[in-house]
Amino acid sequence: MNTLMDIRKLKKHFPIVGGVLRRPVGAVKAVDGVSLTIKRGQWLGLVGESGCGKTTLAKTAVRLLKPTSGHIYFDVPDEVKAEIEELEPLGRNNSKLNFLLKENDLATFPGNRVRLFRRRAQLVHQDPFTSLDPRMKIKNIVAEPLTVHRVLSGQARETAVKELLGKVGLSAGQLNRYPHQFSGGQRQRIAIARALATRPEFIVFDEPTSALDVSVQAQILNLLKELKSEFGLTYLYITHELLIAESVCDHIAVMYLGKVVEMAKPEEIFHKPLHPYSQSLVASTPVPDPQRRVGRIVLPGEVPSPANPPPGCTFHPRCSRASQECRELDPALELIDEDHYVACYHPL
Amino acid sequence: MIRQLVKNPLSLAGIIILLIFVVIAIFAPLIAPTPDGHLNPYMIPHEGYSPIPQPPSEEHIFGTTEGQYDIFYGVIWGTRSAFQVGLVVIGIVVVIGIILGSLAGYFGGIIDEVIMRITDIFLAFPTLILAMAIVSVLGPSLKSVMIALAVVSWPSYARLIRGDILQVREEDYIEASRGIGASSSRVIIRHALPNAIYPTLVMASLDIGAIVLSAAALSFLGLGAPEGYADWGQLTSFARNWIVGPYGEPLKYWYAVTIPGLFILFFVLGWNLLGDAFRDILDPRLARR
Amino acid sequence: MENLISIRDLTVRFYTYEGVVHAIDDLDLDIRQGETLGIVGETGSGKTMTALAILRLIPYPGRIKSGSIAFFDRDLHSEIELLKLSEDKMRSIRGNKISMVFQEPGAALNPVYTIGNQISEVFLLHQRPELGKRAKEQVDRLLRDGDGLAAGMKRPFWRWQRRLYNKIAQESNPLEPRFLSHLPLFRRLLWRLNHESELLTVDMLKDVEIPDAARVAIHYPHELSGGMKQRAVIAMALACSPELLIADEPTTSLDVTIQAQMLELFRRIKVEKGASILFITHNLGVASEVCDRVAVMYAGSLCEVASVEELFLHPSHPYTRALLDAVPMPGKELQTIPGLLADPLNPPSGCRFHPRCPNAKPVCQQEKAKLKEIGKDHMVACHLF
Repeated sequence: MNTLMDIRKLKKHFPIVGGVLRRPVGAVKAVDGVSLTIKRGQWLGLVGESGCGKTTLAKTAVRLLKPTSGHIYFDVPDEVKAEIEELEPLGRNNSKLNFLLKENDLATFPGNRVRLFRRRAQLVHQDPFTSLDPRMKIKNIVAEPLTVHRVLSGQARETAVKELLGKVGLSAGQLNRYPHQFSGGQRQRIAIARALATRPEFIVFDEPTSALDVSVQAQILNLLKELKSEFGLTYLYITHELLIAESVCDHIAVMYLGKVVEMAKPEEIFHKPLHPYSQSLVASTPVPDPQRRVGRIVLPGEVPSPANPPPGCTFHPRCSRASQECRELDPALELIDEDHYVACYHPL
Repeated sequence: MIRQLVKNPLSLAGIIILLIFVVIAIFAPLIAPTPDGHLNPYMIPHEGYSPIPQPPSEEHIFGTTEGQYDIFYGVIWGTRSAFQVGLVVIGIVVVIGIILGSLAGYFGGIIDEVIMRITDIFLAFPTLILAMAIVSVLGPSLKSVMIALAVVSWPSYARLIRGDILQVREEDYIEASRGIGASSSRVIIRHALPNAIYPTLVMASLDIGAIVLSAAALSFLGLGAPEGYADWGQLTSFARNWIVGPYGEPLKYWYAVTIPGLFILFFVLGWNLLGDAFRDILDPRLARR
Repeated sequence: MENLISIRDLTVRFYTYEGVVHAIDDLDLDIRQGETLGIVGETGSGKTMTALAILRLIPYPGRIKSGSIAFFDRDLHSEIELLKLSEDKMRSIRGNKISMVFQEPGAALNPVYTIGNQISEVFLLHQRPELGKRAKEQVDRLLRDGDGLAAGMKRPFWRWQRRLYNKIAQESNPLEPRFLSHLPLFRRLLWRLNHESELLTVDMLKDVEIPDAARVAIHYPHELSGGMKQRAVIAMALACSPELLIADEPTTSLDVTIQAQMLELFRRIKVEKGASILFITHNLGVASEVCDRVAVMYAGSLCEVASVEELFLHPSHPYTRALLDAVPMPGKELQTIPGLLADPLNPPSGCRFHPRCPNAKPVCQQEKAKLKEIGKDHMVACHLF
């Protein structure tokens, strides 16, 4: 199976309660209909600004949050997915449909199946200063996945922990230390070691380097490259810095206000962005080259609140090319060029 | 942390005071030996029944109180009762508080609501009055005092722990543990509680003193240990009629009420200093982290 | 033209429980008039401390151990030694002649006061004479034009107000209004001052391109977005037309598109207000966008300072080059710098970068290199030159 992760029409809405009786008066539509496929061995970068829903998408994709609707298929054969699609229009009371969903759709997995899934997919958090339990020694932090899933024990476990720490560049002599004795970059390495403990196939990174210095960031990115090729991993890499995504990922998806607006290879996004938002994102990203200052496309206005997204295409209030169509209908992600998807009625 | 405890002069004073009390409690049989033939070492021996307290003399180092109960014996063995009451009550209360508080804090929702309403009910009663009521129903004895105080104190701890768990619950490492696949109980016991427990520890150490004070109050009112029991509150209860002496000599019977009172004071002081020291040590660490 | 700020031999140390931290060591730096100087560095480079040293806001347990910071005051036409000023005089400079914008706009704004309130505060602190003058003009007009029974009753009151504002317009903080502002009934007398400062506030908000400024001024910080908050903080900093604006990573917490707007704003401010800007950042891209000259710092020492074209086209110091190589760019290999950042408690001897430098020579371990000029407006502190 080439496709490892298949996300279909995923929605995650957070209800807003108001009034005396605390009824749901609205919803923050953090993720509003995202469909993505990630092939085995791919490094997909998910780029967007704050509030676009990328962190929510990352956490929902590994079931740390329960999706509001949509499907997440992790390593599911195409025939099964096709069958589910056939049965869906017949209504949710179909017992065969429910059975298939319970077996295959991560969005509807019961507790024990989610636990099994956790051995194969992991999430690395953004802030290395808060993602490690400050009261645990790092050898226990890294060994915890093994403890939870009852894999290995005793001496074998300790050897595995030492090996993992070695792989991320930390020495075995630091096993008994506490997180606050390490620098930010080292803590992130510990978090990565913990993620690798159960030899997963799929790792989601939530902005792992945004709290780190430039030189440390480079070290972590190179480490991720090495680990990926050594263990044959698949990465979903969330970041708000387009430059990082363009440098290390082999595919990039650009998100805006809960939807994916463009998806293509990095060179395409950097040189030939087709969605107006991607274009301004590329143009707004500062590069250390004094000659690249001119021709800035400064987007007017602010990002709208995800609790109240504009109708139609969510980008139209800030778009210079918006037409009547854009104000009414929501464009779908379509294949425009080779391996280049855009959700726009007037791509550049 | 031990190093920091010893450095601060106030906390050092607290530790020394408590150590003295611990030594007294352990070596009580040696310091104040039970006379032969006396069955229950916790009942203070008394020679005679005269109601007038006798001043300190060679035989009775601290004097005697109403009913000729030896004050010295009473305060020495009373140390043991004080520790008993304090530690047992706090022990029970902290355990109940942790269980209910973490369930309420971690799971939220209806569990939280139910537990919080129950604590509300208990908190609606004035503590001493409720304790008195419970002791009256169960019959005055040290055991009922302990039960009453436990019943009255647990809601504050449940609330405290619930609040801290609520705060810790949002931290990244909790989510990371769930992401590894840890079960809720593991997350609570291994991750949430060790990080949330410190304010509770501080409050518990401060509270031991307060519990002993409350127990003394109940005994003073006659609702605690049986008459003649070696308990500081009991001793002060005996001195009730002798707080002020006869006209012209108001402080004649000072020893009857002052000596047990001093023991209570220093005991509570020791625990308070220790609790304060805990708070000072743990707070900057909590902030520095 | 005189340099606006001349820093010479600045040394800042932190005396902590774990040891002495060398935050800044023998720093020599100039900020010219009307230029945007960027300081680029990673954690521990000393860039934030430099800014705080200029304003003498170094937090305990840090202390400025030695050095001098000379500030050329345009109004007084003379140089002042900032490190020798009394706290009183320093306070009259902070927010007035030199002001600072911090990284987190949410933290720099007091959540219980409205935006307008906080910006007015700056005017009320530093520009009382100006406000007093304006208020006096208002009252004069009232005395002239006001007629009718009601005006007749208020006249003595107005006259008294005019006397008050006269006094304020002459001295900057006279005793009478200070005393009055604490008495409940008489506080209202100073209302006109507040009103004037509010008008100036709205003007200031319009200057920083906040839409619908009058309405925004009565909002609280939590009701605004990150970009707007940062603009409000910049308005606070620019209120008294400072000669030097220090910006400590002002765009780091903002989105990329908002950051582009902010950088545009900074460029405009420099041109319109003629202020110098000290722009601190860890992002080389941002530095190349908005700065005229860039200084690179590592572990408390200055490595290289040059005009922005010179620095990015001909990076000379090994650290600068390594830093540029480590910036991810599409299609480029990421070069990492071996080793870890210098331990601030125990920095390497001699040149702070020598343990990680590919071109290290024996002399690098023994002594630090002095700043040498190697090209047009290009200075490097390295033994290779």
